[in-house]
Amino acid sequence: MADREFLLHVDNLTTLLGSGERPVRAVDGVDLEIHRGETFTLLGESGCGKSMTALSIMRLLPPAGRIAGGNVWLGETNLLDLPENAMRDERGGRMGMIFQEPMTSLNPVLTVGQQIAEAVKIHDPDNRNRVEARVVELLGSVGIPDPERRAREYPHQLSGGMKQRVVIAIALAGRPELLIADEPTTALDVTIQAQVLGLLKDLQQQTGMAIMLITHDLGMVSEVADRVAVMYAGQIVEVAETAHFFGEAGHPYSRKLFDSVPGKEKRDNKLAVIKGTVPSLRETFTGCRFAERCEQVMPVCREQEPDWCELETGQGMRCHLCTQQPDEVAESISPAEEPAWHLPAKASSTDTQLEVDSLKVHFPIHKGVFKRVVGQVKAVDGVSFSIPSGKTLAVVGESGCGKTTVGKGILQLIRPTAGSACFEGEELTQLKGSKLRKRRSDLQIIFQDPVASMNPRMLVGDIIEEGMRAQGVGGSTEQRRARTRELLEHVGLSVDAATRYPHEFSGGQRQRICVARALAVEPRLIVCDEPTSALDVSVQAQILNLLKELQREMGLTYLFITHDISVVAYLAHEVAVMYLGRIVERGTVQEVLESPQHPYTRALLSVVPEIDTEPKRSVIRLEGDMPSPANPPSGCHFHPRCPEATDVCAMAYPEEVQLSVTRSVCCVRVGASTVTGNEENG
Amino acid sequence: MNMDNLVILWTDALVYLLLVVAIAFGIYASRKEHLRAPWRYVIRSKVGIGTLVVLLFYVVIGLSDSIHFHPPLDEPDKNGEVIYSSEVISLFDQMVSGLRARQEKTYSAPLATHLYAKENIELPDGTTIRDFPRLKYGGAHLQDPEKDWKGDIMALSALGIFKGLVLTLVLSNILLIFLTIRSGCSFEHTARNVLVGRTEIPWCVALAVLGLMLVVFMWSAELATKYHLLGTDKVGEDVFYQSLKSIRTGLLIGTLTTLVMLPAAVLLGIMAGYFRGWVDDVIQYTYTTLNSIPGVLLIAAAILMLQIYMSQHADEFNSLVERADLRLLFLCIILGVTSWTGLCRLLRGEAMKLREVDYVQAATAFGVGHFQIISRHILPNVLHIVLISVVLDFSRLVLAEAVLSYVNIGVDPTMNSWGNMINSARLEMAREPVVWWSLAAAMIFMFTLVLSANLFSDVVRDAFDPRLRSTN
Repeated sequence: MADREFLLHVDNLTTLLGSGERPVRAVDGVDLEIHRGETFTLLGESGCGKSMTALSIMRLLPPAGRIAGGNVWLGETNLLDLPENAMRDERGGRMGMIFQEPMTSLNPVLTVGQQIAEAVKIHDPDNRNRVEARVVELLGSVGIPDPERRAREYPHQLSGGMKQRVVIAIALAGRPELLIADEPTTALDVTIQAQVLGLLKDLQQQTGMAIMLITHDLGMVSEVADRVAVMYAGQIVEVAETAHFFGEAGHPYSRKLFDSVPGKEKRDNKLAVIKGTVPSLRETFTGCRFAERCEQVMPVCREQEPDWCELETGQGMRCHLCTQQPDEVAESISPAEEPAWHLPAKASSTDTQLEVDSLKVHFPIHKGVFKRVVGQVKAVDGVSFSIPSGKTLAVVGESGCGKTTVGKGILQLIRPTAGSACFEGEELTQLKGSKLRKRRSDLQIIFQDPVASMNPRMLVGDIIEEGMRAQGVGGSTEQRRARTRELLEHVGLSVDAATRYPHEFSGGQRQRICVARALAVEPRLIVCDEPTSALDVSVQAQILNLLKELQREMGLTYLFITHDISVVAYLAHEVAVMYLGRIVERGTVQEVLESPQHPYTRALLSVVPEIDTEPKRSVIRLEGDMPSPANPPSGCHFHPRCPEATDVCAMAYPEEVQLSVTRSVCCVRVGASTVTGNEENG
Repeated sequence: MNMDNLVILWTDALVYLLLVVAIAFGIYASRKEHLRAPWRYVIRSKVGIGTLVVLLFYVVIGLSDSIHFHPPLDEPDKNGEVIYSSEVISLFDQMVSGLRARQEKTYSAPLATHLYAKENIELPDGTTIRDFPRLKYGGAHLQDPEKDWKGDIMALSALGIFKGLVLTLVLSNILLIFLTIRSGCSFEHTARNVLVGRTEIPWCVALAVLGLMLVVFMWSAELATKYHLLGTDKVGEDVFYQSLKSIRTGLLIGTLTTLVMLPAAVLLGIMAGYFRGWVDDVIQYTYTTLNSIPGVLLIAAAILMLQIYMSQHADEFNSLVERADLRLLFLCIILGVTSWTGLCRLLRGEAMKLREVDYVQAATAFGVGHFQIISRHILPNVLHIVLISVVLDFSRLVLAEAVLSYVNIGVDPTMNSWGNMINSARLEMAREPVVWWSLAAAMIFMFTLVLSANLFSDVVRDAFDPRLRSTN
């Protein structure tokens, strides 16, 4: 029987996917309890079964899935015993759910008001005669300005953050006691993410509901969670209070996760990686599921599945270390030092390798029968920077700010409208035909999505060879094959990978293949377009290590496009912050990250969830969304959202203020007088 | 048969070219995992393999009907050399020469022993009565048709079914022995697996369909030697023979049309989507214009023009068969010209999507040329669409032939085709009593082909559509 103090009590829940002899055990004996009014996070990498747990609780499994055992108590009700029509009252009633993608969670042909009204009519009988008023009330409560008007709008008229607010409003309509949020901010930008997380916190305080937050982001856990459960391969391996968890995580897997998060303080070391991959949930496990990847593995780990051991009330982990004596353990622990780099850094020259000067990429907007040009989308609007050879420049910004377009504009994959991009003294924008084709071997690109960046119909070997063949380098077919094998080993893959297809590899391995492909033509500059944002944190560490090692070895120059500040802090030498097609602040990593001058940079840095146990920093929450680059605001592009804006800001775009040799900011409020603490860094 | 009496018709040449291309593609696909996997899925689905067996029967008949030659005459000339008839027949005609030669006077019902219409018959004693005359061939072996007919039909049916079953049994055992050798297990083990359906390829379904087809085949073969299985038409020709001959026409229209339109559709579609700009404009306007002309009108105009040409240059054609063949070819071409736009539009959209995909961008960043990008990155990734649309189009085209022949702008009236059979049935249906068997025969044959083609194409689409099945 469920304990009264728990709102949700999940007991030995097992969910199978697929039928046949070896179904996928997506959720394998999960126990968890959620108290009333608490925020409980379920943390784990992709494929570990966290979404399946949530869907099993809601009984919304895909057709192939079935719950094979266990109990789910919500208060006094066992949800798994309910008939489907009673379950429908629970969903959206006592339990609400928010999904990852706000774009697909809303019906595009119904107004927002209608969709909320539907939930109100079903789950809120008291308000049945004042549905419209309740809809407006709900929209107001999720912080949507002018709710009366917004209720009559369609989803496509709202921005991503607004849509997620509407989804939350729908979930709130039934006054839920438990809100399950499945990666609610993953599809949103950091500034919007901060808004949504703040909103969830506020709502929790007002209504006293419990939130079950599913995430892969350690930073987010530290920001909002009361308690955290770590999932691995279909099981919960550790449950802990947040403060305790961030102080001294017990399970080796949790500790590894912390170590693999990039950051400033790890700059000079390799990131810790978890060797191997997540095991397939089809297999039957005899020992601990993490044993193959664990550095503290003991013989008993492989023979016997560890039991759940309760450390304190509501805390515990599933590991043999829990019961073993410390001295027994000590010998099995491998040296805890961070692995060192193979090679000393290659001495990098200080000469500028790439010089970009007021680069502009505009896309014309056509309208009407004759395709008249009625406007320009100014994706990149006068961007200037330079990268010294062998260094990394990180371009940071939210989605839609034009950072990817900058990268493609430099590579001439998109022809710039104006401005210049000068690589080692040669003007790239003027190159054409075979000359440009020849030049391409010096500049390469690695894309965000490792799935889309390789032709699924080609063998890995052919994919890597393609560049060599196009550039006519690498000698004969045999020599090219040898070079391919060499490259595969270089990026840490086995040689036989060349004869396999891309879909046979995991995300991280595919990204390695992409790196090998880029290296095949011996480039000197690589544009990395968010190469790790589609990967899990432990895999991200592998790729970042690889990139850093390659830079030290071969003196590569990176233009690193990202929205992830911790990656910037770990990898970059210089940073350029972009907002709406323009660079608003530029400088070395220390300068920008430690004393940001532009209000946007400050806001951006403050909203990034950080792993720390110290008291919370003050978060600058930006209101609203990024304006459209087709119709930027007058004056400073940022002034409508800027907390420090004055009347002057709306007048004209601020001049670039050069603070030091490496440092420049575009803001009227930043003058020589306001520079503080800059000297010591610069 | 030797080489100099062989007649290679245009369509024959193209059919065999298509066969060679198909085999070549098969060999190419068997080496590429991404092409082999969907086909494996097709073979392993019950519907897939079942319909494949049915289609195979049609294809074998169609191919054997596509080898034409002048048959040698029975009596050699004075010098003892074989002389050849000016008539052109096919290998298939040779095989079923009995059916072709046994021509009655006029209509007779399926399996009948008498004509369908009363005639004046002169009795041996000189008196004339008005009655249904006996057929020259159908049931001619019977002494007293009224008494013996039923028993004879029964006996022949039983014999045919028995032969079919024996043949099935023999073929199944050959297959089982082959499987046993391949798997290395015992014969009983393999046999049990196959019959219970525990094999990866559903052999039991394949064998069941094969058995059914063989039984029907042997049964009809047995009856057709003594009777007109599906009756005779107005000039006394065997309808069963006509229906079988129509298979070639149907298959040809369904496949050659595709062959004609495919290069244009694939090339132009990809070019429009990949290059955009003025290339896209030109190609788009071309197919939009073509598409807005009613297809039937265009076909009618082309066929009528061809008809006039052929009647003015009658001496250029050696035989009626060649004339009919040219008309068939032109019908394929004109059908192709009017039907490539749909596929072209699809491919344009797909190519437009693919040119923005990261791996194409990566190839551009390597300096790979346009031709290479199209042939290596875009074409292989739209091939599944081409294949799906080809298979789906097949049954549509077979039906289109029937409709066009019905309005007299289809194949030559002398050519056997289901459309022509249906066309002639227009008058037969108005007779009293109704002559229904021409229409019914055409329907049965066409229905079986189109149904199995449709079911097959459904399986192919499921196998190749990446949205329905993930590649791993």
